[in-house]
Amino acid sequence: MSGLASKTMGELRDLLSTGACSSREIVQSVADRIRAVDQEVNAYLEVDEEAGLAAADEADRKRAAGESGALLGIPVAVKDLLNVEGQSCRCASKLLEGYISPYDATCVAHVKAAGGIPFGRVNMDEFAMGASTEHSAFGVTKNPWNRDHVSGGSSGGSAAAVAADEAIVSLGSDTGGSVRQPASFCGCVGLKPGYGRVSRYGLTAFASSLDQVGVLSKTVADAADTLQVISGHDPKDTTSDPSAVPDFSAALSTDLKGMKIGIAEEFFGSGVRADVASRVRAAIDACVNLGAEPVPVSFPHLDYAVSVYYILAPAEASANLSRFDGIRYGNRVEAEDPVSLMKQTRDAGFGDEVKRRILLGTYVLSSGYYDAYYVKALKARALIKQDFDAVFTKCDVLMSPVAPTPAYRIGQGQEDPMALYLGDILTIPANLSGGCGLSVPCGFSEDGLPVGLQILGPALAEEHILRAGFAFEQSSTWSSHKPEVKGM
Amino acid sequence: MKKLVPTIGLETHVQLNTRTKIWCGCRVEAGAEPNTNVCPVCMGYPGSLPVLNKEAVKKTVQTGLLLGCEIGLRSKHDRKSYFYPDMPKNYQITQFDQPLCLGGLLAFEVDGTEHTVRLNRIHLEEDVGKSTHLRGASGVDYNRAGTPLMEIVTEADIHSAEEAFGYLSALKRILEYGGVSNCNLELGNIRCDVNVSVAEEGGPLGTKAEIKNMNTFRGVHRALQYEIKRQTKAVANAEALIQETRRWDDDQGVTSSMRTKEDAHDYRYFPDPDLAAVVLLEEQVEEWRAELPELPAARQKRFLEEYGLPEYDAGVLVADLEVANYFEAVVKAADGNAKGASNWVMTEVMRVLSETGQSPSQLRISANALGSLISMVDKKTLNGPKAKEVFALLVEEGGDPEQVVKEKGWAQVNDAGAIETFVQQVIEENPGPVEDYKSGKKAALQYLMGQVMKLSKGKANPRAVSELLKERLA
Repeated sequence: MSGLASKTMGELRDLLSTGACSSREIVQSVADRIRAVDQEVNAYLEVDEEAGLAAADEADRKRAAGESGALLGIPVAVKDLLNVEGQSCRCASKLLEGYISPYDATCVAHVKAAGGIPFGRVNMDEFAMGASTEHSAFGVTKNPWNRDHVSGGSSGGSAAAVAADEAIVSLGSDTGGSVRQPASFCGCVGLKPGYGRVSRYGLTAFASSLDQVGVLSKTVADAADTLQVISGHDPKDTTSDPSAVPDFSAALSTDLKGMKIGIAEEFFGSGVRADVASRVRAAIDACVNLGAEPVPVSFPHLDYAVSVYYILAPAEASANLSRFDGIRYGNRVEAEDPVSLMKQTRDAGFGDEVKRRILLGTYVLSSGYYDAYYVKALKARALIKQDFDAVFTKCDVLMSPVAPTPAYRIGQGQEDPMALYLGDILTIPANLSGGCGLSVPCGFSEDGLPVGLQILGPALAEEHILRAGFAFEQSSTWSSHKPEVKGM
Repeated sequence: MKKLVPTIGLETHVQLNTRTKIWCGCRVEAGAEPNTNVCPVCMGYPGSLPVLNKEAVKKTVQTGLLLGCEIGLRSKHDRKSYFYPDMPKNYQITQFDQPLCLGGLLAFEVDGTEHTVRLNRIHLEEDVGKSTHLRGASGVDYNRAGTPLMEIVTEADIHSAEEAFGYLSALKRILEYGGVSNCNLELGNIRCDVNVSVAEEGGPLGTKAEIKNMNTFRGVHRALQYEIKRQTKAVANAEALIQETRRWDDDQGVTSSMRTKEDAHDYRYFPDPDLAAVVLLEEQVEEWRAELPELPAARQKRFLEEYGLPEYDAGVLVADLEVANYFEAVVKAADGNAKGASNWVMTEVMRVLSETGQSPSQLRISANALGSLISMVDKKTLNGPKAKEVFALLVEEGGDPEQVVKEKGWAQVNDAGAIETFVQQVIEENPGPVEDYKSGKKAALQYLMGQVMKLSKGKANPRAVSELLKERLA
């Protein structure tokens, strides 16, 4: 059956269960699509077609034997910082060239246990540091809607692959918006669960107190179903939440009666482009038409979010990335003594953006600056969390743009990193407060690029944001728009 | 110039004897093939996360309870950053400002004088791997990485090398009693860094040096002697000392500068976001306290009261946990003859231990065997000299004393008729000594007794022999 790669996960599960297609046909279709268009998009760093097809055959055999599984026979594209046993896991960095994972990340193990096939490693900003996938050591991932523009990041490979029908669904990670923003830029669904919902074990750490594994998919239902599979307490991650996982797909409904939607004007501030704001406001109106009640709320400390984030995240990263020294795994620059070896390996292996953040993080943790920066940022983080909590005493979800602008041109942000950092302002609060967030396509900008509606909720309230996202998606046609990537 | 005195503080690292490592399920095991007890967690692989070993918390808290510390019911772990190949993550997870145990005291004697050292804290951290220099290359063994490590920090209450040695010996005894560490110095179970400065008595503290790389308590003692002498000379000559870290060279017997304060590390401590704070309930701490063994001082007191032992004997017996345990097992097997048990343990058993370098658990003669040997003497089924022979045999070969006595036919002869026959024969065959005795040479009795014992092949009840001889020669 042709065109399987363009189907949603839900559609493919139906086709598989009725025997209308096989897992081998799905994986083959995805592999063919990658071969056809990925030279233009550059979403993938690595694809092992043979291994994928072998796993698909195994899934087909299991199905024939009467076995089932939520993801049985479905290929899942994996962001290059999640460990899959036997696969490379370079985090889009030269430093980890040659490293082969000896173990599965817990979320990957869940995918496999549900019959899913980790298929292909998708591009990202090196060590998830960036918002455009321009900081990959292996080339920029281009926006399927306009290849002169970025795909967003850091999960740009995941978003572009899903948007260009090079993947059915993808696992990404979100530290400051890294799932939601590329989903918004590429016109797909991006889900960042609440902190603790999905185990971080096996997710190469950028900023441990902010990182969360997320899902990029073609529909909200696919995101809900995938979240169902990867969620749950993990004894290997003491920050994972011990509470029971709700039935996410049961929460999906087409009306929003009784739901209160918070609208904070701070999220529509001066940096937000007018065409983006108007698409998002239209989407909120649509939700109100579905029965939701709009509630004005305020978020007074939003302006501090970027500063706080760019102190805390690099601080944690500076320690998290210390382990990459060429001694035990990955690339190594040989030298006379171990200290020179580590220095030269890190100098040659890390890209500029990673070095910039390691330096920043090292600085803010240094004696004499710790209180002025790190401790102060922790206090400001507490204020932002207070804002976040206060908002959700008045409403169930908060709706806003995902990013102030649609995808910008490749190279445009390079001269001014600070302007790029400011682009994260609307997504960062969810990470600082541990809340959850969803990006759902809600139209196109004046220059024809996708715009995402951000739906935020408190920690572990994924049911609310999925319900709202699903209802809006069902009431609109934006998710069915496809970019034109003809390929060769 | 006033008298110059040294001021010393110790930082002692103690490996806990948990079954598994502090953050993962890898075994803690000395002597395994390099890099066999490792996993993604203790090797610092990308994406791996630490999970705190509860047993390590328990043992640290128990150590704190033994040393009179205040237990931090809410403690946390922090990252201490520095680059070194033996550190898998290039940061060590330790406890910076909220350790598990605060304060505490350790009292001990040096040459009959009581000393008390205040503790600052005990915190729980991870050990690092071990670097080795191979021909033309370096190797790192990460088996040790992630071994739970307590750091026990004193206040600067120590004022001589001897006191430092006394403190460490007393600390080791408590750690052994608590069963929290194997305390094997050769395996690096206990490692100590010292801070020392010299200044005029009563005046402000001098410039301190930190000394590292001592592998034994004796090394600490020698390093301190050397360093105190060096600093005292410098202070007396009004030479400026710099704050620095110095390395002890055990072969040369000297310390030399490793690094000065200027190039000291900035460790950039911050709370580890991978680990939640450790919150302990009072009930939990009390449960752990209830599991604690008796400490040497309390046990010595009990030995005085329960067994009626002299203070000195009780002190000797409790000095070593295993000896004390062995002694108590002997008492039990000897039907409560504590005096007999203590005589045997303090003389014969401790002689064997010092001659063979064995520990009580390695002895072939079990506490049960020694106990029944003592019982046999008490019941007069074996005499003293023969008992010593049986003991010697059991030390060599082990086994059951009753069986040995039976096989050898060494049972004591108590039968009056048999003894009468031996005595009669000896009197008849030794007219000379008999005359000597009767004429007042009391020493002749010993000779005659020896002849009777010889005749009985050493088995006659010596007291019965002596009484009968005196009666017949009266």
